[in-house]
Amino acid sequence: MSASSSRLRFRQPSVIPGFGLTLGLTLTWLGLIVLLPLSALFIKTSELSLERFIAIVTATRTLHALQVSFGLAFAAALVNMVFGAIVVWVLVRYDFPGKKIVDALIDIPFALPTAVAGIALTSLYAENGWVGSLLAPLGIQVSFTPLGILVALVFIGLPFVVRTVQPVLADLDQELEDAAASLGATRGQTLVRVVLPSVWPALLTGFALAFARAVGEYGSVIFIAGNLPGISEIAPLLIVIRLEEFRYADATAIATVMLVASFVLLLIINRLQRWAELRGSKHG
Amino acid sequence: MTIDVVGVTKRFKTFAALDNVSLTIRTGELVALLGPSGSGKTTLLRIIAGLEWPDSGEVRFDGEDALSRSVRERNVGFVFQHYALFRHMNVFENVAFGLRVRRGADKLPEAAIRAKVNELLHLVQIDWLAERYPAQLSGGQRQRVALARALAISPKVLLLDEPFGALDAKVRKELRRWLRHLHEELPVTSVLVTHDQEEALELADRVVVMGHGKIEQVGSPGEVYDNPATAFVHDFIGETIALPGEVKGGALYLGGRALGLDPQGVADGPARILARPHDVDLADPSASAISGKVLSVRTFGPTRRADVQLNGSSGPVVVEAAVPHGQDLAPGTEVGLKPRRYKVFAA
Repeated sequence: MSASSSRLRFRQPSVIPGFGLTLGLTLTWLGLIVLLPLSALFIKTSELSLERFIAIVTATRTLHALQVSFGLAFAAALVNMVFGAIVVWVLVRYDFPGKKIVDALIDIPFALPTAVAGIALTSLYAENGWVGSLLAPLGIQVSFTPLGILVALVFIGLPFVVRTVQPVLADLDQELEDAAASLGATRGQTLVRVVLPSVWPALLTGFALAFARAVGEYGSVIFIAGNLPGISEIAPLLIVIRLEEFRYADATAIATVMLVASFVLLLIINRLQRWAELRGSKHG
Repeated sequence: MTIDVVGVTKRFKTFAALDNVSLTIRTGELVALLGPSGSGKTTLLRIIAGLEWPDSGEVRFDGEDALSRSVRERNVGFVFQHYALFRHMNVFENVAFGLRVRRGADKLPEAAIRAKVNELLHLVQIDWLAERYPAQLSGGQRQRVALARALAISPKVLLLDEPFGALDAKVRKELRRWLRHLHEELPVTSVLVTHDQEEALELADRVVVMGHGKIEQVGSPGEVYDNPATAFVHDFIGETIALPGEVKGGALYLGGRALGLDPQGVADGPARILARPHDVDLADPSASAISGKVLSVRTFGPTRRADVQLNGSSGPVVVEAAVPHGQDLAPGTEVGLKPRRYKVFAA
């Protein structure tokens, strides 16, 4: 065996130069920006004994906060996936006056300071607010309940779905739908059997981004949530509370659980998306 | 199925894609719509399919109004230029699509679908690719899948939009013959859109030559080549030598010299004399009315062509003349040209 063939098949021969340099930069950058703070988190957590860690994490208040954060983030991402897809459909497929303005409005939740969004939503949905006063007679209370958290998370997550799916749907060949129709498919069948599978990977990416954003959201939620422990208290808020009580290890323990859970969920979504994409294009 | 297109006009904003087009396609025919891009041939095909609606005019299938039916209800097989295969389905499912979307009384049991799809895959000779996805296929294979998918709904009309446009020359030629063969085996009326004259002439029973949203000529491949109805058809199909002449008092002139050629009934005024390069003989310059100077001689394969510069009525004109084998022609020499067959059109 010659030296070259016994080397790891790590680096494929390529016409694109600079693999070593760019990989080095990438790893350094990722290390500095992402891994360093994360490992600090784990190191801080490791100061706790295992029993203590389990006690903190399995405390009723912690469990409930985590449940609220992940459950509502998941629900909000689902809502955004459905309605975001409809918004994308309208923006891509139809021409109407004011389309440019609607398109620009989508990005507002990106740019708006989350606290502003939280205050605005709270005043809207409070019992004496414009929307809240309409819902109150129906017995629906939004502000200061988990429903309010959902509203805030939907608000901040929408642009993620729209902006990931929009270019994919815009690039979708119109001929595919013509072909389906010529083969006798109804509009509904075309949508379900042809359009949806084609944008499905993008929809999943949008879902993952909206979900990730919602799990960590703090600013807009704390105004509208009411923050009742065990009812409408989110995990990021609980972390802040622990920090204010100088219980740093407690805070990092909760953060670690959030981090690991988020990572696992995103990894699952990523696999799902790869699988959906593979089914569509390159097989081998 | 007979297809009647009557007085169809279609405008895109101010551009007239089709201008009062009428055409009858007979049962079992293979008709080629031939024209340069922008001639309206694809628009006409899409109107027949029901993917586009005309601003005015009628389309009838076997005498029945087709415009009141949507593309779904017309039962036409359509093969798209870029195949439009469903990327997320394998070959089998692509072909089965038209059968799977059927509802109610038309719905087929799974076994019948499998049998039909396998039969079609066998027909287009790609049974062994059933499990592959479109991204794993070559252009020619995709073309066959697209065709099998279109045939799955047992259409009486098969419409093909530039079916060989994206294939390389060798595969194109092979598929062309195969398609002709397939058309003869199936009880189907086929309409093919192409900008490739060779394809249209080789494949079609009748060729419809289109230009600028109008039909220029309809005829058999032989007719449109040998007897072009308009200067446009002469220019577009086959190679053409064009001389800018003039008709004066019933005689043809080129650059002030009488040619002694028949003006073919063209009225006085500027005219174009058109001929195929192989219908023009080289002659002694002193004995022929048309003469000019050889600029260069080129050889490609079995043919040799000379660029000859003539003196037209408005400045010099360069034409390409066929040079017979065994004749030496040095650049700079004077040659005469004698058209054996030619066409005269008013310019």
